[in-house]
Formats: sequence, C-alpha cells, structure tokens
Amino acid sequence: MLQFKDVSFVVGDKAILKNINLEIDDRFVAITGPNGSGKSTLAKLIAGINMPTSGRIYMDGVDITDLSITERANAGISFAFQQPVRFKGITVKDLISLAAGKKTSVAEACSYLSEVGLCAKDYVNREVDGSLSGGELKRIEIAMINARGTKLSVFDEPEAGIDLWSFNNLIKVFENMYERTRGTIIIISHQERILNIADKIVVLANGEVADYGKREDVFPKLMDVRSGCYFTKNNA
Amino acid sequence: MDSIQKKLLEEVAGLHEVPQGAYSLRINGSLHGKNSSENIEIVQKTDKPGIDIYIKPGTKNESLHIPVILSQSGLRELVYNDFHVGEDCDVTIVAGCGIHNGGSEASEHSGVHSFFVGKNAKIKYVEKHYGQGDGNGENIMNPTTYVELEENAYMEMETVQIKGVDSTYRKTSAKVSKNATLVVHEKIMTHGKQVADTEFEVELNGENSGTHVVSRAVARDASKQKFLSKITGNNKCSGHTECDAIIMDDATVAAIPEILAVNPDASLIHEAAIGKIAGEQLIKLMTLGLSEKEAEEEIVNGFLR
Repeated sequence: MLQFKDVSFVVGDKAILKNINLEIDDRFVAITGPNGSGKSTLAKLIAGINMPTSGRIYMDGVDITDLSITERANAGISFAFQQPVRFKGITVKDLISLAAGKKTSVAEACSYLSEVGLCAKDYVNREVDGSLSGGELKRIEIAMINARGTKLSVFDEPEAGIDLWSFNNLIKVFENMYERTRGTIIIISHQERILNIADKIVVLANGEVADYGKREDVFPKLMDVRSGCYFTKNNA
Repeated sequence: MDSIQKKLLEEVAGLHEVPQGAYSLRINGSLHGKNSSENIEIVQKTDKPGIDIYIKPGTKNESLHIPVILSQSGLRELVYNDFHVGEDCDVTIVAGCGIHNGGSEASEHSGVHSFFVGKNAKIKYVEKHYGQGDGNGENIMNPTTYVELEENAYMEMETVQIKGVDSTYRKTSAKVSKNATLVVHEKIMTHGKQVADTEFEVELNGENSGTHVVSRAVARDASKQKFLSKITGNNKCSGHTECDAIIMDDATVAAIPEILAVNPDASLIHEAAIGKIAGEQLIKLMTLGLSEKEAEEEIVNGFLR
C-alpha cells in the first residue's frame, strides 16, 4: 500500500526525519512517539505538503514522490490536519461538498456530521470560521475525510480537543470508515485507546523508526514504565 | 429591452422583466418606466434628473426596485433619487447599476441617493454594481449615499461591486438619532487596473445610537483600493468598523479607519486586516483534490459571499 524507501527530510542542517524505511499495508496503523519526533512531518510527506529531501515514497507500487498535494489527493490520499483551518464565508456544507467531490445534499452532509457527533442541522450552514470551537472544527475535519472515502487516510492527532464522551465514537468512526473504504487508516496519536485499536504501531524517536510491529508486540513495551523511558532507551 | 439590457437587469436586480409593485427603471439616461403602488409613490423630479420616492407611514413588507441600465457607450449621467420613508415602515429597496460598454468612450453613472428614514422604520437597501463590455471604454460608477435615521429607525445597507467597474468613488454619509442603527455590508472585488475608493462617514448623534460598517474586499491583478471609514460618537453610542481585505498579485489596498469619540460614553471599535490568502487554507483545499487555482477561487468566493 504505502512504502517509504530511505526517506529523509532535512531543514537547514537539522534532520527532522532520517532514512525512514516503512511498509504500511494494514487496516489501522498508529504512529506514536514523543513531541518533536517527526510524526507530523511524516504525515505531511504522505500528503505531499512536505517533499522529502531524499528517498522515495510509493503507493500501491507507484512512485508518488514527485506528485503535488492535489495529485496525491486525487490518487486517493486524505489528510486530516492536527489544527484544522478556518475559512471566512465557507460553510460546513461547502467543505463537505468539496471533500466529496460533488455537490452533496443536505441529507448527505448531515449523515457525515451525525457520524462525528455533531447535530447536523445546527452545523450544516455554519461558516467554518472563528465561531466554531477547536473540538467542533476537529470533528468537521474528520467528517471531511469520511466524505472523501479514499483508500488511504491519514489523521494527525484526531483525538486532540475532543472530549472523552466521543472517544468511543471516534473509534467507531474509524471502524466504519474502514468498512466503507477497505483501505488503510494511519493515525498519529499518543492515546492509549487509539493505539489499542491499531493493527500495527510505528514508534518514532528523534526522526527515526525506533520500533515498528504488531500492536501486541509494541504496545506492552510502550506501556511498561518501570523499565524507564522507552523512547530514549531504544534510541541510546 | 434588448438581450444585453435584460442581462444587466438580471445582474444588478435579479430581475428578468419589469418587476411587480413599485419600480422605476432607467435605461440609457432616461426613464424607461415607473410604477407607483398604493403605498409607494414615485415622482419624477422636474428641476434635475431623478425621482422622489414617498413611502407611506406604516407600509410593511413591500419592496421597491430602482435599477439603472447603461448600454450605450459614452453616456455620462448624474441622477438624484430621494427616499422619504414614513414612520413604522418595513420595506426593501433594491437599487443597482449595470453598464455594458461596447465602445471606446467612458460610460459613467453617478447616483446620489438620499434616505430620510422616519421613526421606528426599518429598511433594507441593496445596491449592486456591475459592468461588462468588450470595448476599451471605461465603466465608471460613483454612488453617493446620504442617510438620516430618525429615532429608533433601522437601516441595513448591502452594497456589492464584484465585476467590471473600472473606476468607482463611493461615498456614504449618515446621521443616526436616538436608538437608531445603521448596518453596512460592503463587498467589493477589483481586477485588472480597476480603482475603487470607498468612504464611509457616520455620525452617531443620538443616545444609544449604533453602527456596524463592515467591508470585505478582494483586490487582484494591478487594481487599487482605498477604504476610509470614519465614525464619530457624539453621544452614548456604539460604533464598529471593520475592513477585511484579501490582496493578490500586484494589487494595493489601503484601509484608513478613523474613530472619534466626543462623548465619554461613546464606545467605538475599528478593525482592519489586509493580507494574502493564508497558505494553510490553500493547502487544506488542495488536500481535498482542488488545484491551487480552484482553491483560490473557492476561498475568494466564500469570502465575498
């Protein structure tokens, strides 16, 4: 599905990501690691927002390294921002229509919104501007990815700003999304409960893959606080 | 009306034919037709071009259309329209000017609209300006609006200029009495080498008077815009002016807000922001599959909606 071959991303003389080699081919893959480990940069490399300094990225065997953001979106990659963007004058329904690639009816837009726990009739005609809270924007961001329904979806900390009540719903959203797309969902997260639904977990530390494997192998190591800091230990 | 005139009418007034109810339609410098209704009387001025409009006190849920169409190149006109709105009215007034200039000479329409709004009356005033034509002649529109709001009156003014006007100088001045409110929403987009100057001057004279003057502007290509907004608080009042502009290409935008408080209980705010389209907005829409150009259009269209 998605393959990184010796991918590095360097800004000035600082290497944010170093020689990343990864093959991702499962339903749910979680990427975790401490702040500054390069998780968001990796996600942006997938979406084409950042271009690698060296190395290649493949999707379904096709080299997508040189494709633009738009071309990657049309090739079937979706990306939910960590900090959703606000727009003056553009409504929730407009964004969902753009995401779906067609004019969506109110009923369709509502079904996407209901799924992320927003009472659709209150939101569908709201502007996606400063009047919406961070949590509301986050849910709308997820609804957009749902409306796109692409084979690869990348979420950058989708749980941030979402209250505890919706946690289980969030997981349900991912499960439903998989049922529909039968693709791959990559989730950047620190949350135990999200890591817990992953088929595989990638651990990034200092711009490198510190660990990558099945949840049942990686997860216990992350949770074992008695043995000291997992990230630094592995990276020492 | 020919097909060009019909298109202009649709652009500025959303009309396909002469409207129902009270209207005055001016085409190429002369009155094409007018119709008074039981409550709205339209009288042609005798001393200068233009009309007087008398709206009977208590008139509710009625509308008045007064579009102007210029399709003859090189025509220049200055028109005076006075609106006398009686007490307790609730009416919508749709004005607007459309120019089609297929020639090489400048076409110009300058309208001076004066509103005298009685006590407790509520009016919505919509004004659209639109230009087109394949000639080299300029389309020029210089609207002047003067507003007097009596006690407890409310006026909402929506002024839109999206396309085809080469040069415009728009001046709006208002005097607001006790408990009265004036709300202005201006939307303007300039392109090519167009020039747009806007000036608002609002005097808040009565106790608890208020105003919101909000402008959203997009300047593209090598166009130039200037927005000047002055609010004077002469009494206990609240005033707010906001200019929000997107600048693109080689355009220039100047925003000059001025608030003057003469009374210690006057509460006045001005906000002005000019900037290009945020990179993250473009990127977000591109991750939905839009090209950069398409993303830009969506953002501009939303902004001016």
